[in-house]
Amino acid sequence: MISQDLRYMESHEWVKQEGDIATIGISDYAQSEIQDIVYVELPEIGTELTQKTEFGVIESVKAAFDLYAPVSGEVIEVNESLLDAPEQVNESPYDEGWFLKIRMTDTSELEVLLDADSYQAHIEAEHA
Amino acid sequence: MKRTPLYELHKNLNAKFTEFGGWEMPLQYSSIVAEHLAVRSIAGLFDLSHMGEIEVSGQGANELVQKISTNDVSRLSDGRVLYTLFCNETGGIVDDLLVYRHADNHYMLVVNASNIAKDLAWVETCNDTGASVKDISKDTALIALQGPSAIDLLNPFVLERDVSEIPYFRFTTGDVAGVRTAISRTGYTGESGFELYVSATDAERLWSALYPAVIAAGGQPVGLGARDTLRLEAGLRLYGVDMNDDTNPFEVGLGRFVRFKNHQFVGKRALLAEKKKGITKDLIGFQMLDRAVARAGYAIYRGNERIGSVTSGAPSPSLKCSIGFASIESQAGSENEKIDVEIRGKLHPAKIVEVPFISMGT
Repeated sequence: MISQDLRYMESHEWVKQEGDIATIGISDYAQSEIQDIVYVELPEIGTELTQKTEFGVIESVKAAFDLYAPVSGEVIEVNESLLDAPEQVNESPYDEGWFLKIRMTDTSELEVLLDADSYQAHIEAEHA
Repeated sequence: MKRTPLYELHKNLNAKFTEFGGWEMPLQYSSIVAEHLAVRSIAGLFDLSHMGEIEVSGQGANELVQKISTNDVSRLSDGRVLYTLFCNETGGIVDDLLVYRHADNHYMLVVNASNIAKDLAWVETCNDTGASVKDISKDTALIALQGPSAIDLLNPFVLERDVSEIPYFRFTTGDVAGVRTAISRTGYTGESGFELYVSATDAERLWSALYPAVIAAGGQPVGLGARDTLRLEAGLRLYGVDMNDDTNPFEVGLGRFVRFKNHQFVGKRALLAEKKKGITKDLIGFQMLDRAVARAGYAIYRGNERIGSVTSGAPSPSLKCSIGFASIESQAGSENEKIDVEIRGKLHPAKIVEVPFISMGT
């Protein structure tokens, strides 16, 4: 399932824009590939993120996966509930399983990200 | 990459595949956690046909197998299985394996998939007894049925006997679903169960007979992902990660499988010397005290002092925390002692625990 109103990275993070606030998570496709998420490591509030650089890690039973920031900005909210219930990323990747809210420094950064159709094509290419 | 005779069956089950020791093997079918828990609660069916089998037979076979094993194979009677190690002249572990004694001067050695060529060359190098050494890996398939329901699941397919009467670490040859099988009461999961050796041409027949019964009972096919977490919880070491050619048995907690008494074997001189000199490393089990995951290679600290590194680490589906093996300096830590694991530059608390990590169902 690919949510239509989001933008995506090739590394499977999604971003939802509300004014200059961006909410970040990973796609349903990513969580289904990673499976069994047991640990999420996220930055603290106030951390400055740079687009396309690492901001955190998720761990499944099998391996660790780096998370990349879809946009630059300051972390203003962290989904603390994931620390005790990381399985929410598997169960609800677009909703309860969000990671961070960021105050974007430059909303035009969103334009280089994939829209839903391009992301769908990217997944199909990766899976082929 | 090499494929087992059951490759197409796995593909039809939508398995995700992984490369392991040159083989294209099922990593998982549903999820690692679901498969792991199925084995702990009911049963799992594994294709382990990538494992290597070496037949040693004929005049001199007893002598050769005894000479290359650190454990005392002369204690084996027919139908018994023994866990042992091959060591090189400097005491390093060439491989860990099971020795099956079919009869006097007739053995099957079951070795790690990634070591088949190395082990064969090693056995040949050591063979000055005239025994016949044959790689029967290609002709042999191995299907494991593991879990608390394994006995009840297997029994209807075996007409000649009650498989519950096969004691742990013994095997018998008989028909399973009409397929000639070496039925071995062994496994790598910490659960009760069987390893079933059949001709490669019969593998599909045996799997197809057992599979529906396993599924009907609530069991699952199990890939290498859960095989790794199952063996870790059971405190079983894995060659190539927890030990290698440069580690000796004492450094990885396998000293009890080295029998010096009345036993001449390759590596004995070096191992006696090492023991006399004092063992400088130890393999310990640890459990994370927060939710972080320790993986192989991560550094282990006691206070400010680095005392070793993780060799195997993963989240334990049964314990709901991460566990692992670490190679540390001897006497650097004892049970319940707090240590730290460095994960991405940060220290995370852990404690040394007894292995196996779980109570065994064998």
